[in-house]
Amino acid sequence: MTQSVAIIDYGSGNLHSAAKAFERAAAESGIASTVHVTSDTAVVRAADRIVLPGVGAFADCRRGLDAVPGMVEVLEEVVRAKGRPFLGICVGMQLLASRGLEYTVTEGLGWIAGDVALIKPRDESLKIPHMGWNTLHQQQEHPLLAGIETGPQGLHAYFVHSYALVPARAEDVVALTDHGGPVTAMVARDNVAGTQFHPEKSQTLGLKLIANFLGWKP
Amino acid sequence: MTLKTRIIPCLDVKDGRVVKGVKFLDLVDAGDPVEAAKAYDAAGADELCFLDITASHEDRGILLDVVTRTAEACFMPLTVGGGVRKVEDIRALLLAGADKVSINTAAVTNRQFVKEAAEKFGDQCIVVAIDAKQVTPGRWEIFTHGGRNATGIEATAFAREVVSLGAGELLVTSMDKDGTKSGYDLGLTRAIADAVSVPVIASGGVGDLDDLVAGVSEGHASAVLAASIFHFGTYTIGQAKAHMAEAGLRMRLV
Repeated sequence: MTQSVAIIDYGSGNLHSAAKAFERAAAESGIASTVHVTSDTAVVRAADRIVLPGVGAFADCRRGLDAVPGMVEVLEEVVRAKGRPFLGICVGMQLLASRGLEYTVTEGLGWIAGDVALIKPRDESLKIPHMGWNTLHQQQEHPLLAGIETGPQGLHAYFVHSYALVPARAEDVVALTDHGGPVTAMVARDNVAGTQFHPEKSQTLGLKLIANFLGWKP
Repeated sequence: MTLKTRIIPCLDVKDGRVVKGVKFLDLVDAGDPVEAAKAYDAAGADELCFLDITASHEDRGILLDVVTRTAEACFMPLTVGGGVRKVEDIRALLLAGADKVSINTAAVTNRQFVKEAAEKFGDQCIVVAIDAKQVTPGRWEIFTHGGRNATGIEATAFAREVVSLGAGELLVTSMDKDGTKSGYDLGLTRAIADAVSVPVIASGGVGDLDDLVAGVSEGHASAVLAASIFHFGTYTIGQAKAHMAEAGLRMRLV
């Protein structure tokens, strides 16, 4: 049976290449999936898997999500109550937090307790945004990282962000990266996962992670 | 675990074709930017840059089509620049699949455009391209229109200003060095990199792999851009990465 994947379109950047990455990962892994880029809550409600992307500032993204009538409620219903697999990407992952502190304090979805705060590298010569390829330091096993080599000699993920999620509970952190100190790279709790990096831009690592997500049974 | 130095091949695109062509590898069509992008993707480039030098603004549709087809085929970050003057230009490029958009002349003539763009689309996708020439030792000024038009604006002050307005990255090209194969203008690159908090891409003048190393170690750049040394097959991306890693730089070796 072909499963459906909803990539939520709430006006935050281009989702065409994200959709292509999901389609390619589905084709390569043999997991039959139809990918919908959608702002239609009915499509999201009917989807087997849900992806929340996001680029730009936290408050803007929150406003954009709120501007789609009923979307937050549908997400609460199908992700939280019904337990469908969910992946947040970049600001889509940050929105899982309790609060965003970029420019102004903005409430997040509160699914992963914690704040999204400015990265402050110990070495002041390090640049912000944290932009480019970095490796992952895995904190715990997770099905989305199955078969992906992590650690200093492992595969790289593409990051571009100035703010990062600081989870209140250490058990929610799946992987860290380093930019003058630990920076949250991936979080997960139950059926909810989020990556600060862009799997759709992360070549080998990204396509493997997306394939893992397509087959994930939390 | 550290952020790696990025290598960014840059393709000049005119009317939807790569200018002069990409001569390395066995591309069926050396002038097709999408084929070139795929080849660089496979070769392990860390990002790709398209610079549109199409003279006529009416032909933007061709570029957008190229960007769309590239984004469908390559899962790596893509920066597109050239002729970006309005918020609508940026929106169209991002919707076509560009991850970052580079603003050049428009940032000089209208500083507020940078602010408007960053507020609209986020700092992370706004690159300001700075073309500079040395006017006296230790002083560089901004030039526009391919280095022909002087502005009298001092480069580091301009860099600080556009960053304060929201530029997330600076692409710094020396108009003195561009095309000379004598190496980056390291003084210019370092002066700007040390003046701002955001990453700087060194550009203009690469002749060999040591130039790439110097761009980072002496120029303090976070990323190095080159065109002809890669397009003409003088060096592969892999050779460049290996050389830079041997020199002690942290590279993503794929």
